Amino acid sequence: MKVFNFHLMPYRHVDLDAIERNGSAWVTFSNRHYDPEKGADLYHEYLDQMELADRLGFDGVCLNEHHQTAYGMMPIPGVLAGALARSVKRAKLAILGRALPLLNNPLMVAEEYAMLDNLTRGRFIAGFVRGIGAEYHAMGINPAHSQDRFAEAHDLVVRAWTEPGPFQYVGKHYHFNYVNVWPRPWQTPHPPIWIPSQGSSSTIKWAAQMRYTYAQTLSPITVVARFFQLYRDEADKAGYVPSPDQLAWSNTIYVAETDAKAMREARPHLEALTNRFLKMPTEMLLPPGYSNIESIKRIRAVKVTGKPQTIEDLVKNGVVIVGSPNTVREKLAEYQDLAGFNTSLTKTQFGTLPDDMARANMTAIAEEILPHVRDRLPQGIKQAAAE
Amino acid sequence: MTEPTATKISVRGCGIALRRAGAGRPLLYLHRANDAGEWPPCWDDLAARQDVIAPEHPGFGASDTPAWLDTIPDLANFYLDLIDQLDLANIYLVGHDLGGWIAAEIAVRNPRRLASLTLVTAAGILVAGEAQSDPFLRTDEQRLRDLFHDQARADEMIARMLRPETEDQNLKNQTTTARLTWQPRGYDPHLAKWLHRITLPTLLVWGANDKLLPPAYASAWQKLVPGAQHVVLLPDCGHLPHVEQRAAFVGALEKFFDRMRVAA
Repeated sequence: MKVFNFHLMPYRHVDLDAIERNGSAWVTFSNRHYDPEKGADLYHEYLDQMELADRLGFDGVCLNEHHQTAYGMMPIPGVLAGALARSVKRAKLAILGRALPLLNNPLMVAEEYAMLDNLTRGRFIAGFVRGIGAEYHAMGINPAHSQDRFAEAHDLVVRAWTEPGPFQYVGKHYHFNYVNVWPRPWQTPHPPIWIPSQGSSSTIKWAAQMRYTYAQTLSPITVVARFFQLYRDEADKAGYVPSPDQLAWSNTIYVAETDAKAMREARPHLEALTNRFLKMPTEMLLPPGYSNIESIKRIRAVKVTGKPQTIEDLVKNGVVIVGSPNTVREKLAEYQDLAGFNTSLTKTQFGTLPDDMARANMTAIAEEILPHVRDRLPQGIKQAAAE
Repeated sequence: MTEPTATKISVRGCGIALRRAGAGRPLLYLHRANDAGEWPPCWDDLAARQDVIAPEHPGFGASDTPAWLDTIPDLANFYLDLIDQLDLANIYLVGHDLGGWIAAEIAVRNPRRLASLTLVTAAGILVAGEAQSDPFLRTDEQRLRDLFHDQARADEMIARMLRPETEDQNLKNQTTTARLTWQPRGYDPHLAKWLHRITLPTLLVWGANDKLLPPAYASAWQKLVPGAQHVVLLPDCGHLPHVEQRAAFVGALEKFFDRMRVAA
């Protein structure tokens, strides 16, 4: 299994009660709650953690993009990726991902990613997402165009990386007389493309057909297993057997000496992530047109953003793994076999977790978990697929 | 009382639902955002002296959602095609909210078939600094409450419109509303530049308590549209004057139409 250190870079000094009063940490949560001195310290703290992950032997480090929120301080992840491109010496560097439909000029992602691929001499991983509904409120982009713009921007970026320029591009949303991106990517034909998603079946099918790595965000492990099976089924229809590396589970892991100690230490920080940083009303998460009507009805019906969750809920449902080294090793192996993934995108810092605890957690994962899972492959998936 | 005829017609390949009742000069009514297919009682009143024609916009209600539908000007051009196809003339064009925005675009583009323009709490322009609720950050229930001054009427509409069996229809209407109005939020910065072309007799009808488009919008339209001589500001009235102040609304329109009838 490959284990990546995935950072959301939350503004962890935030006033959690103020988020509660506002109803959300997104879009309408005033930036007067941001203190630049504390924020600057956090950027350096988090970048130091990513460099530590590299030294500790994590396979990669991951950044992502969110706008106008205390949930994550990475509206422009390329800035941080640039800082890490020289200080992370060995591990892969992934942006998971940039939200293509938010851009009026997606060629800027082709350029940015190609630069990062050159800077890292081919250690870069290119993630593409649509962005969650809140981004469409924050950035003034029409959610009804989200799917169209994603498809068009993806095609444009991949063509810009693979076809000799200059060439003309004529789409519905994007028009360029000269597509001729300098620099070209370092990797051939282009950096690996990873597609994180909340589990839209059309996205999973498309990722499988394109042979892109599919990353499942924030879901109970049984749901993850179902989505990964859909990916394998679609790959089968497309006439190939996917590597388990192509399936990435985005999770949170916290390790301490005993299960009880791990639960006690992680609780306030994990519950802050789930019940404060992630909280938003349905209207913000699901603007009209963002998904088709059937998907919107399905997501509304489960009221994903409504219920407060305890750490016990999150552990029981296999959204996170918290416990002693032995418990974490066992759970990770069990989930790997259940869902058939070979890539773990692991948040080692989460919510309000302070620096010393995050670093202790990373060190414990590196010493107690990574050596045991490094050469481990998912077991029993072929049988599951045949059932 | 005249029962409207419900039909489906096709305009250059786009099927739309349409209700029609009465006789007289054509009154073409263009409906609001987040809704379709309404036939409020005031149209029965107006059908006594007019031929009331109420289409459901492409992308709304029972109408098709054509691939070409992206902007309000697309709908304005569509309705110019519809007017030609139905061979309507001397039209009283009445647009409410988003429908007012379409009506203004039609009047800017080609007023040849129009006798008059009536804008009822019309969207399409921006009055900077006015406090307005953002319909896309309101719940379905809040959005309906925002329409009314009298919350008892809101209760009635909530009970009627927010039912499981209307969910698909509501989502369709909301999706097309987002497609047309998300950005810029409910207006077109290019529309105000050309409103000087509207010299048709124009009536503005507004609710004094409109939370979506406060009465400052009526004044702004009046300044921008040379033909807009009259503003009828209705007290105890929100965003739906034709529902909340039916008699006063019908009276204002008939009085306005009388002037055209005398002139004819």
